[in-house]
Amino acid sequence: MSDLILTPNIPGADDFYAELLASHEGLSKAESDALNARLVLVLANHIGDRAILSDALKAAALSKEDAA
Amino acid sequence: MNQISDKKIFEVPLYAYERSPDQDAPAPVRRKVVVIGAGPIGLGAAIDLAQQGVEVVVLDDNDKVSFGSRAICFAKRPLEILDRLGCGHEMVAKGVEWQLGKVFFDERQVYEFNLLPEKGHEFPAFINLQQYYFEEYLVNRVRAMQAQGAPIEIRGRNKVLRVTDTGDHVSLLIDTPEGEYKLEADWLIACDGAASPTRAMMGLDFVGRVFEDNFLIADVIMEADFPTERWFWFDPPFNRGQSALLHKQPDGVWRIDLQLGWDIDKEEEKKPENVIPRLKAMLGEDVRFELEWVSIYTFQCRRMEKFRHGRVIFAGDSAHQVSPFGARGANSGLQDTDNLGWKLKLVMDGIAPESLLDSYDVERVHGADENILNSSRSTDFITPKSEMSRVLRDAVLDLSEHYAFARPLVNSGRLSVPCTYDGSPLNTPDALPGGPARSRPGSPCADAPMGDGYLLPHLGDRFTLLTIGAEAPERVEAEGLSVHRLALDTTPEVRERYLGDAASAVYLIRPDQHVAARWPAYDAAAVETALKRAIGKE
Repeated sequence: MSDLILTPNIPGADDFYAELLASHEGLSKAESDALNARLVLVLANHIGDRAILSDALKAAALSKEDAA
Repeated sequence: MNQISDKKIFEVPLYAYERSPDQDAPAPVRRKVVVIGAGPIGLGAAIDLAQQGVEVVVLDDNDKVSFGSRAICFAKRPLEILDRLGCGHEMVAKGVEWQLGKVFFDERQVYEFNLLPEKGHEFPAFINLQQYYFEEYLVNRVRAMQAQGAPIEIRGRNKVLRVTDTGDHVSLLIDTPEGEYKLEADWLIACDGAASPTRAMMGLDFVGRVFEDNFLIADVIMEADFPTERWFWFDPPFNRGQSALLHKQPDGVWRIDLQLGWDIDKEEEKKPENVIPRLKAMLGEDVRFELEWVSIYTFQCRRMEKFRHGRVIFAGDSAHQVSPFGARGANSGLQDTDNLGWKLKLVMDGIAPESLLDSYDVERVHGADENILNSSRSTDFITPKSEMSRVLRDAVLDLSEHYAFARPLVNSGRLSVPCTYDGSPLNTPDALPGGPARSRPGSPCADAPMGDGYLLPHLGDRFTLLTIGAEAPERVEAEGLSVHRLALDTTPEVRERYLGDAASAVYLIRPDQHVAARWPAYDAAAVETALKRAIGKE
């Protein structure tokens, strides 16, 4: 009974994507990895719901059974 | 400093070898209980049994207390257990209490935390105390009991060479400075540590996970104005890529723990000429200190599949081993003996069936698994096992400096908390609607102020019927047991810890101060059924 949203949900998707890319601009691979890790943690805390987080981890893994 | 040249307590034989009449007996003498190992757990087990009038002989291959400080951090629940064993207050009086912890990452402090212990408990959340003092106070307690005629004995330099469980008793072959002798025991408790010779002699398993890491422990005596706090460093300049811990003990002794990594030469690293520069880099060039004890350890997280094997029962590190992060070694071992003592007594007296001892297995395996899980997770945070786990770990630390949300994710050891025996076969299903979750069946009783003192000293060593705003007989006789009633006033602490939203409550408390059952009111039949269940008769 999770409510993980996997349909379009970000208004101005292109703007967001550009902002995400920009945040990595000029960073080394190590700095980018660190930024991504911090971002995951910040977002995960905002979501907070353990069931949604578990589902998000599964969705991101793109395993076959969840792709359907 | 003079104290360096004085003999330390761990250099003096506290239970020197003495010839026992058992060595001259024509046939092996049968003892009720033999405990192997006079460490914190073996002595705890022996005192618990002797307090109940059970004859117990402790065998130790040594004659001194622990060499070096070893276990130093003792949590509230073990202190409460020690109080029941008659030596909790000595430990607290000598020990160092601490509440504040600081976490450093790289060159900076990222945050600090306060344990903020709940008020209304007799014992503090934690004390730091060298294991040698801990053992000394236990030995003192044994001596005091002996003076009162208690059937307890410690035999130093008695090394067990062979253990045979005949089904009817356990037969032991023991080596001493004056040669070998045989001894028999109705029950054997093996508290001979992580490398347990008893376990090896019986060919029993000990499986788990090896952590490829080395840690240098140094106990230094210094006059420094570091405050009484727990300081933990991730990746500090003085120990790059590794961790470090600084913790205060009594007598101006400081515990320093430095992670060294896997590929090192242990003998080289232990040499003072290599240890001292490391410590100077950490403490500062000007700080004067002397080394009391240096050791290098590796660790594993593992346990035996079963802790009870017929008439041989394993307790403490011999049964389960964890990493030191979280202080879950000695602290959980004392919870083993707390769990075992009353059960063994009831079985020996024929009041409970032998199968009650299998609940020791169920409950303490549950406890060991909880400790292994927590301890493994701490280790995985402190020593990331992959590139990405290091990136995530560092991200948590960087965020923790700026945002409170990341601080609960920092794991430098989840400090030992008592185990709740959820799902134990001895529990009666919770029948107190609105009762607080913390006191559900299986839980250790939370302390609370009571009159001029505290609640816990009134519980333990026997079954108790705790009543809050409910009527009950002053004594219930059933199943060969005498259950005494203890009526509590509804103070704010009692309401919060035992009533919750309920208007009244009746608790059946086990001799180890764990909750067996609870109801809103007294019902003779229900209490009798719960009692039967709690002693393994159902």
